[in-house]
Amino acid sequence: MALAEICGLQDFDTFSNEAPLQGDVFNYTKNFENNMNLGLPPFPKFTENLSHLSKDESGRELKIKFDHGTTTLGFQYQGGVVLAVDSRATGGDFIGSQTMKKIVEINDFLLGTLAGGAADCVYWDRVLAKQCRMYELRNRERISVAAASKLMANMVYNYKGMGLSMGMMIAGWDKRGPQLYYVDSEGTRTPGQVFSVGSGSIFAFGVLDAGYKWELKDDEAYELGRRAIYHATHRDAYSGGIVRVYHMKSTGWVHIDNNDCMDLHYKYQQQKEDSLNEV
Amino acid sequence: MSILTYNGSAMVAMKGDECVSIATDKRFGIQAHTVSMDFPKVFEMGPHLYLGLPGLATDIATVYEKLRFRKNLFELRENRQMSPQIFGAMVSNMLYEKRFGPFFVEPMIAGLHPQTFKPYICNMDLIGCRNEPVDFVTGGSASAQLFGMCESLWEPNMGPDDLFETTSQALVNAFDRDAISGWGATVYIIEKDKVTTRELKTRMD
Repeated sequence: MALAEICGLQDFDTFSNEAPLQGDVFNYTKNFENNMNLGLPPFPKFTENLSHLSKDESGRELKIKFDHGTTTLGFQYQGGVVLAVDSRATGGDFIGSQTMKKIVEINDFLLGTLAGGAADCVYWDRVLAKQCRMYELRNRERISVAAASKLMANMVYNYKGMGLSMGMMIAGWDKRGPQLYYVDSEGTRTPGQVFSVGSGSIFAFGVLDAGYKWELKDDEAYELGRRAIYHATHRDAYSGGIVRVYHMKSTGWVHIDNNDCMDLHYKYQQQKEDSLNEV
Repeated sequence: MSILTYNGSAMVAMKGDECVSIATDKRFGIQAHTVSMDFPKVFEMGPHLYLGLPGLATDIATVYEKLRFRKNLFELRENRQMSPQIFGAMVSNMLYEKRFGPFFVEPMIAGLHPQTFKPYICNMDLIGCRNEPVDFVTGGSASAQLFGMCESLWEPNMGPDDLFETTSQALVNAFDRDAISGWGATVYIIEKDKVTTRELKTRMD
């Protein structure tokens, strides 16, 4: 370097960066400015090649999924929207938690349910909560459920094919009345009357479809949701714990109750015996 | 997915003072789908001899019938009762016959010797490698959880009542952390002059 200075050559080393860390700092903190910006895999064409990451060097499946089994349901009726979920989190056959909250309170008039990858659901629900609050502050009115669900669908669509795993329902009450949407990580977004999502959904649908009608009273609706989830937890190994029931009303959501599946089982069993003895 | 955890099971046997216990869950499922809640996995093979077969449900039925046949044949030929030790050797031998195409069960045996009434427990892997510990044996998809429970709850020289409590608590709390076992439980307490069978009230999810 000394030789270069004697010869009067300034900026001899043209490749050295004035502040070599600045680029790194910018790149590594993108997520601070924009929560929708996640780190990308360190290899090219990752949407095609990401599947290589799911196997280790000896070809065994790597377990990066948690909370794959779930039962959640939601339905609209004359009194609004009812959401009911279980609370079990599993990793393989191991039960990691029996008390997980699978309903996220996005704001007073919006609820989201989680199914699929726990971290995916929790993270993106939180980003959605932020986006909804920003909308409220900017526009001085609450975001519509249609808009909120579309935000969610568009955010996760950016990461399609990269292994996000989530199937959620978004329930709310806006200017147009009660609303229920289904959104998943494949990019599906659809409004509907009756949904159930998760590994136990086939069992829940059995009960739900049998007992559903638009004219349901509030208490009947709660009991239908509760029963559908209970029957799913009974038959599906990856669902269980506590049944949580929420009601979306014109005045905002109300948490109805939590019931342990064990208490529900023995209560329903007793009811069944009593009704048999009556005849 | 392992074929040993295809149907799901949880089983434990413990040694006490002049008594042994064996306890099992009652689930029969196909992976996540619970099909029935009264599937037998522990079998009475003699007055003081119980056989537990955690593993693949189809092989549970086959292995039980084959062992019942061999044990009956032994007792007819020899005109004496089989001790748990000998029964264990027989099970082990039968499993090794299928070394290159095994039955997917990991049997456990709990019993008292027909003459001396000495407690005996053992378990083995699916090709018959026998393990005869002094304290307890575990098996099924919840065996890791059962080991944890047994290591902390078991103590030497428990009477039949303590043994029942310990075995039940170990089993129930272990399968409550396993998605594919549970849905009811049966506990057998084997003593010199009686065998007590109790059904436990458990979580059904």
